[in-house]
Amino acid sequence: MEENLLELIILIPFASVVVQYFLHRVLPARLAGLIACGAVLVPFLLTVVVGRGIGAAAPQVPAVTATIASWLTGGGLEVAFGLRLDPLSCAWTLVVTGIGFLIHVYSLGYMHHDPGFKRFFIYMNLFIGSMLALVLGDSLPLLFLGWEGVGLCSYLLIGFWFEDMNNARAGQKAFVVNRIGDLGFLLAMLMIFQTFGTLDIAAVTNGLSAGHAQGTFALGDARITLIALLLFVGACGKSAQLPLFVWLPDAMAGPTPVSALIHAATMVTAGIYMVARFSVFFALAPVASAVVAIVGALTAFVSATIALRQRDIKKVLAYSTCSQLGYMFLGLGVGAYGAAVFHVVTHAFFKALLFLGAGSVIHALSHEQNAMKMGGLKPHLPRTHWTFFVGCFALAGIFPFAGFFSKDKILGEALLGHGWLFPLVGVLGLITALMTAFYTFRLYRLVFTGPERLDAHAKKHLHESPATMTVPLVILALLSIGGGALSLPAFAHFDILGDYLRPIFAPALAVAGEAAHHAVNVEVALMLVSLAVVIGGAWWAWNRFARGPGDQLPLPQGGLPFLLENKWFVDEIYAIFVVGPMRGTALLAGFFDRYVIDGIVNGLARLCDLCGAVVRLLQNGAVHTYALLFIAGAVYLVCSLL
Amino acid sequence: MNSFGILSLITFLPLLGALVVAFLPRENPKVLRAAALLFGLANLGLSLLIVNAAGTMVFVERLHWIPAFGVCYGMAVDGISMPLVILSCLVVPIIIATTFHVGRGLKEYLVLLLIMETGMVGVFCATDIILFYVFFELTLVPLYFLIGMFGGVNRIYAAFKFFLFTAFGSLPMLVAILFLLYQHHQATGVWSASIEDLRALRLDAATQNWVFAGFALAFAIKVPLWPLHTWLPDAHVQAPTGGSIVLAAIMLKLGTYGFLRIAMPLAPQAAHSFATPVLVLAVISVIYGAYLAWAQDDLKKLVACSSVSHMGFVMLGLFALEPLAARGAMLQMLNHGVSTGALFLLVGCVYERRHKRGLDDFGGLVKVSPALGIALVITSLSSIGLPGLNGFVGELFILLGAFKTQPVFAILCASGVLLGAIYMLQMVRRVCYGTPNCEEAAHLSDMSVAEKFAFAPLVILMFWIGLAPGFLLERIGPAVDSILAALGNT
Repeated sequence: MEENLLELIILIPFASVVVQYFLHRVLPARLAGLIACGAVLVPFLLTVVVGRGIGAAAPQVPAVTATIASWLTGGGLEVAFGLRLDPLSCAWTLVVTGIGFLIHVYSLGYMHHDPGFKRFFIYMNLFIGSMLALVLGDSLPLLFLGWEGVGLCSYLLIGFWFEDMNNARAGQKAFVVNRIGDLGFLLAMLMIFQTFGTLDIAAVTNGLSAGHAQGTFALGDARITLIALLLFVGACGKSAQLPLFVWLPDAMAGPTPVSALIHAATMVTAGIYMVARFSVFFALAPVASAVVAIVGALTAFVSATIALRQRDIKKVLAYSTCSQLGYMFLGLGVGAYGAAVFHVVTHAFFKALLFLGAGSVIHALSHEQNAMKMGGLKPHLPRTHWTFFVGCFALAGIFPFAGFFSKDKILGEALLGHGWLFPLVGVLGLITALMTAFYTFRLYRLVFTGPERLDAHAKKHLHESPATMTVPLVILALLSIGGGALSLPAFAHFDILGDYLRPIFAPALAVAGEAAHHAVNVEVALMLVSLAVVIGGAWWAWNRFARGPGDQLPLPQGGLPFLLENKWFVDEIYAIFVVGPMRGTALLAGFFDRYVIDGIVNGLARLCDLCGAVVRLLQNGAVHTYALLFIAGAVYLVCSLL
Repeated sequence: MNSFGILSLITFLPLLGALVVAFLPRENPKVLRAAALLFGLANLGLSLLIVNAAGTMVFVERLHWIPAFGVCYGMAVDGISMPLVILSCLVVPIIIATTFHVGRGLKEYLVLLLIMETGMVGVFCATDIILFYVFFELTLVPLYFLIGMFGGVNRIYAAFKFFLFTAFGSLPMLVAILFLLYQHHQATGVWSASIEDLRALRLDAATQNWVFAGFALAFAIKVPLWPLHTWLPDAHVQAPTGGSIVLAAIMLKLGTYGFLRIAMPLAPQAAHSFATPVLVLAVISVIYGAYLAWAQDDLKKLVACSSVSHMGFVMLGLFALEPLAARGAMLQMLNHGVSTGALFLLVGCVYERRHKRGLDDFGGLVKVSPALGIALVITSLSSIGLPGLNGFVGELFILLGAFKTQPVFAILCASGVLLGAIYMLQMVRRVCYGTPNCEEAAHLSDMSVAEKFAFAPLVILMFWIGLAPGFLLERIGPAVDSILAALGNT
């Protein structure tokens, strides 16, 4: 029974895609939209039903499994379309389908006038299905199928308005950059298969734990470290970490609900999911974990600096997403797996909220995205305003909003960690928190308060969004307010999410050693420090942008602002050092093929031709020439005989 | 297991069809096309009867042909040849259904195509090496005329180049074959040209190397392996759509099939000792072919160069000498046939409408002709190995297997996966997205019913192999395992 329900969770979105595709001519747009929404809501409810059964802590990781059909078999490989719902995948499935449903409903309103309305919902359902395959797949190839599937949907949705070549380019960039990461993932898969002889995820992770217990794999084993690093390369691509984060800001070319669903709340957290899923590998590879922590901290820091000076409302949120994902990796790197997953959940709440709020603003202003041309929207968009305001508090991490608890858990574990590395990345995280609060409230001020700076075009249809859009905003706002309750600080002894996930991370923590419990006053002191930092940043921005961007002008001249304005020139560096040489190689190959290889081929042909031409001189058809040659030959023979 | 001659029927029915079409009046293209299509479809139906061939040779036929030298007319199929036979029988009716653009000379076009089918099916069924050689060469002639008579502006150069390259490879192969027959007679006192008997020969290492080299040249040109590939882009660009499809879907497989069926089993030790040099060329083909494809501005040439890259992948699978990789290689032969065949079909469709093939001659195709655009996008995704479609399964098997025995080559080839995404997606972007680049590109008709019917089986295969490859793997697996087992024993 549970198995069948589990199968339905993933089959319903795919079935919905098929139905919508083949009936797109006859289905009325409204009905198609409702089918699409239902195809996300039903899996959510089913997950609640099935997931309840796996809450009980057991010695083994509690899970429901199901096999839909066999897939790759033969030659010692045995991979099926097998599903596995355990606490980790259950948490993700609930976020994906829950937030996904809200965003589908929102899209009914947002995409209402778009001629590609039906196509949009086909892609969105395909995305949900692929994401569920990624999360629920019990084997690496199925995880990879979902991984690439969500990448495909991301590609299709970024380039949704493909008439504009820039959008199509952004989609292509996302796909190709992701493929760099996927190459890492693929190589990790090859190494895992060679090492463990199977691609079943549970078998691999259990095999590693058992191998460690028997002494086959020591702490810091080179092979395991390499696998972990390759997996992380894959995660860097999908979750937009340095140096592969360049695609995410460009991905904002897609419709805003897409940015909220795919490029903030769900798909980009796939890398976190993967690292969490393979946490035993990272626990056994301290070097890889250190790399994860450093890359995460640097991404958090660098993206936050770029977000400080962006003008486009979605770009600010995009860089903020990179930055928050960096936090999650920071958490994973320092061994705070539960805290990282917690941050995934709260971030999904508040970042979806902020993106949908931004979408509501953009919708109201007839597709204006430049925050410099907004301002004073508070009275015009009351519901959008207060929900966005809530989202800002959550993102900045101000007590008691959701972001405060999750971010603080990560920073706490980092700052109080052992050695010098963990506190160092923790400090970097703290500085990032300051900047986060600053750019968040800068954005809020620029958009909602101060003088109106709207274009006539934007002003024409200024209106609050319909209920299909504002109701999801309200729900997400409530989640952003209360989401922190899922996992309160350790001294509160109330940690639903942490308890639920405990069996998943137990093997990794057994290897790496459970984080030490700190005294209550240390934790509280730390919270107060981070709260002070955050409030300071928020207050600073609040005052500085009180009257719109005017206070910011004239722009400070000099190196740093210039550098930030241009996003650290990362795109340009790629163009010069990666794309350029590769493109050059392609042209060189074309040249080589045409002139060198074919030159030799045609040269040989011409040589044969030439030989023919020389020999042909003898065959000139004149009898006296033949007679002459005949006599010459005869004379030569006679002479030589004599 | 003897049979009622089903394989001969599948092989020669198209020849009969060619004869019938040849005697029909050329004034009525509909009748010509219908007759050819009838034979093509009938043959496709017949070919489905052999679908359960797996580990052992079945539907065996054996008749004496040149008894003095032990040459027989021997036919049989196993899990390796079966899918290739069926693919050949599928591709021909698909081409016939899309010959509406062929004006004058339709009759010759159809006759040549049906003769091709006889050659292609025969080559995969032959169990006698002389018969194999005859069919191998038979495929050459109709394709030469297809390119030379129906090709583009440079067709004579391309046809000639194609013919010379192939003939250049065939001669050493013939020498190797005759040498093997002679060796068999020396060793056993009887003449035999059966591949089975020749496999039983125990040649010393040096002799094996010469034999292998003789075959390898012929097959490497067909694959084509770098640096013997330059005939392919020219042949593809100049060939008519049907010629390109046959070339991509079937003809290139003669090379890889030849390696698997002939060269490797007949010279097992040499297959091991030549593995490294062959793999080096395979890796170069994968990467170089991908870069080459990236540099192209012509749709057909881009697809042709991508073939070089993909076939390099198949060679990796074969010469990794590993059960998973060999399965993957077989699957990838079929996948390449399906995907690249479909790509050439679609490129033919757009060329027919626009009479240009430049990547920048279109723009916004998914808006202008949605069905055509979507078909092109799906096929491109299949070609770059998106999981869920066919290409991924083959690639994954090849890489999983090859990584065990040849990790370095596997890693290098895996980077081809990345390059594939770059050149295919930029093609898709330039052709399918954006806005039409000019007035003509804005008014292209969408796929016709015939074109949709021709394309449908290919797209079904893409999903079927991608999601449920078990059916094929069950049949391919035992067959490749038995060949690998024989290779391992020496």
